[in-house]
Amino acid sequence: MTHAVTRSSRTSRIAAVVGVVLLLGLSAAPWWAGRADMRLMGEIFLYLSLATLWNLLAGYAGLVSVGQQAYVGLGGYALFGLTILVGVPAIWAIPLAGIIGALVAVPVAVLIFRLRGAYFAIGTWVIAEVFRLTAAQVSALGGGSGTSLPADVVRAMAEGRDAREALAYWLALGVAVLVIGLAFAILRSRLGLALTALRDNELAARSLGIDIWRTKFIVYIATAGLTAMIGALIFIQKLRISPDAGFSVNDWTAFVIFIVVIGGIGTLEGPILGTLVFFALRETLADLGTIYLIALGVVAIVVMLRAPSGLWGLIRARAGAELFPISHRVRGETQQGDR
Amino acid sequence: MDWINAIVQGTLLGGLYALFAAGLSLIFGVMRLVNIAHGDLIVLAAYLGLSVSTVLGIHPLVALALVVPIMAALGYGLQRGILNRTLGDDLLPPLLVTFGLSVILQNGLLEIYSADPQKLQAGAIETASLQLGSLALGYLPLLMFACSVAIIAGLQWMFYRTALGRAFRATSDRQDVAQLMGLNRAHVFGLAMALALAVTAVAGVFLGIRTSFDPSIGGGRLIFGFEAVIIGGLGNIWGTLAGGVVLGISQSIGAEINPGWQVLAGHVVFLAIIALRPRGLFPRMD
Repeated sequence: MTHAVTRSSRTSRIAAVVGVVLLLGLSAAPWWAGRADMRLMGEIFLYLSLATLWNLLAGYAGLVSVGQQAYVGLGGYALFGLTILVGVPAIWAIPLAGIIGALVAVPVAVLIFRLRGAYFAIGTWVIAEVFRLTAAQVSALGGGSGTSLPADVVRAMAEGRDAREALAYWLALGVAVLVIGLAFAILRSRLGLALTALRDNELAARSLGIDIWRTKFIVYIATAGLTAMIGALIFIQKLRISPDAGFSVNDWTAFVIFIVVIGGIGTLEGPILGTLVFFALRETLADLGTIYLIALGVVAIVVMLRAPSGLWGLIRARAGAELFPISHRVRGETQQGDR
Repeated sequence: MDWINAIVQGTLLGGLYALFAAGLSLIFGVMRLVNIAHGDLIVLAAYLGLSVSTVLGIHPLVALALVVPIMAALGYGLQRGILNRTLGDDLLPPLLVTFGLSVILQNGLLEIYSADPQKLQAGAIETASLQLGSLALGYLPLLMFACSVAIIAGLQWMFYRTALGRAFRATSDRQDVAQLMGLNRAHVFGLAMALALAVTAVAGVFLGIRTSFDPSIGGGRLIFGFEAVIIGGLGNIWGTLAGGVVLGISQSIGAEINPGWQVLAGHVVFLAIIALRPRGLFPRMD
C-alpha cells in the first residue's frame, strides 16, 4: 500500500472547467444580455466580492467586523474626491481608492485590534460611524446630503452609454474574479495554512508558532483595500454618493453577513452559493419590502442555530464535494498502480 | 459659562448613556454575550412606552409599570428560547444571531409604526427647570440622572448582596461548577437577560421623552452604550456610569464647538481612550 496526497479531485477539476466556460460566457454578456440584466449581474459580482472578503475576515481570520461599510464608503468617497477635486480619471481612481483604503486601515487596525472578540465587532462599527460623520463634514463633497459624479467625469470613462455600461460590468466581473482568485491563492499559500489553523483553533495555532497578530493584520489591511476598491466600483454604478448611502450598515454589512452565513462561513464556495440565494430571494420577494428583510433575518438566525456551516456545509457533509481544491486529501493506492 | 453649562448638561446626559450601557454590561458580565440588538431593544421599549401611554392615556413614566415587566418577560423568553443556544466558545453564533435579531426588530418596528419620528409626551416636566445661578438644570435630565444612579446602585447591591447576584457571579466565574452546585444555568441566564431588559425599558422610555425616535436609531444607541462600557472599564458597573458621563461631556463639549461634531466628539474621545488606556478608565476584569 502506498499513498498519495492530492489537492484536486474529480469534482474540483470539473468545477474548474465549468468555471472557465462560465467566465467566458459572462465576459461576453455585453453582447447577449440586456442593460437591466447586466446591471443586476454587476451588482451580484460586487456583492459576491464583498461576501468573499468578509468571509476571509470573519470565517478565517476570526475578525468579525460589522464595520466593513467604513471601507465601502471610504472607497466611494475616494473615487468622488479624486475625480472631482483632484481631476484623476475615474479608471485610475479605482485602484487608488483601494490603496487609500489599505493605507487608512493601518492605523485603524493598530487601534481596534486592542479590542477582543465581540467588542472588536462593535469597535469596527464605531470606526465606520466616525468615517460617516467625517464625510458629512466635507462640504466640498456635498456634506451631509452628498454629491453626484459630474457628467464630464462619467463621459470621459468611455464613449456612449452602452460602452460605459459594459465597462462598469467588466470592472465588476473583473474585481469578483480578482477577489475570489486572490482568496483562493491566499488559502493555498503558507498564509492560508496559518489562517485555516487560526479558524480551527487560535490557541493551537499560536502554540505552533503562528504570529496571530501579524496574520490578522495582513488579512485586515488586504480586505480593507479591496473593499474600498469595490466601494469605488459600487458608486461608479450608482453615480451618486451620500454619507448615509456610502456608510450604510444594512447595505454593506448586514446583507453581506447574511449572504456568508446562509451560504456557509469558512468556505470559499459558501459566499458564492449565498450570493445566488440572496439575489434569488431579493428578486422574488423584494416587493414585500420590510417583510422581506424580516424573513432574511429569520432565515439567517435559523441557519446559524440549525446548520451553522450554512447551505454549502450541508452539501459538503452529504457529498464531500469541494469545488475549490484547498484541503489536502490522502488517497491510498493499490500495488497495481494508479486508477 | 457656556463651557460649565456644557459640562453639567453633558454629565446629566451621561446618566442616560449609563442606562443604555448598564444592561449591556450586565449580560456581558454574566454570560460574555454581546447583544448587537441591544440598541433596537431600547428603541422597542420606547415604542412600547408610546403604545401603552397612548392606549391607556397615561403618563409615559407611569407606563413604565407595564413596559418594564413586558421587556423583562421578553428578555427571559428571548434568552431561553434563542440566545442560550448560541452560547459557547465560539463568538460568531451569538454575534450573528443578535445581528439578525436587530434587523428583524428594526424592520418589525418599521412595519408597525412607520418611519415617522415619534416622541413620548411627558407634559410640564419636559420644560421645567431648576435655576442655579445662571445654570438652568432641567428637572427631566436631573430625574434621569438620579434614576440612573439609583439603578446602578441597585444593580451593584443585587450583584454583591443577594442570592441572585451570587448566582450571577458564580455562573460568570465557572459555568460548569455553578451547574454542579445546583444552579440551572439556562434559568440564571434568562434572569440576567430579564433584568438587563428591565433596565433597558427604563432607558428606552427616558430616551423617548428626551428626544424623538424612529426605528433606525437603535445602532447608534448600542454604540453609545458600548462606548460607555469600554470607557468605564469592563466589569465595573460604577465605571460604566463614569464612562457614560465622560461620553456625555465629550458630546456636549463637541456640540459647543460645532453642532455637527457632537456625536463625532464622543467617538473620538472613545478612540483616544482605547489608544491610551485600552482596558478603560476603571477596569476590573479582562
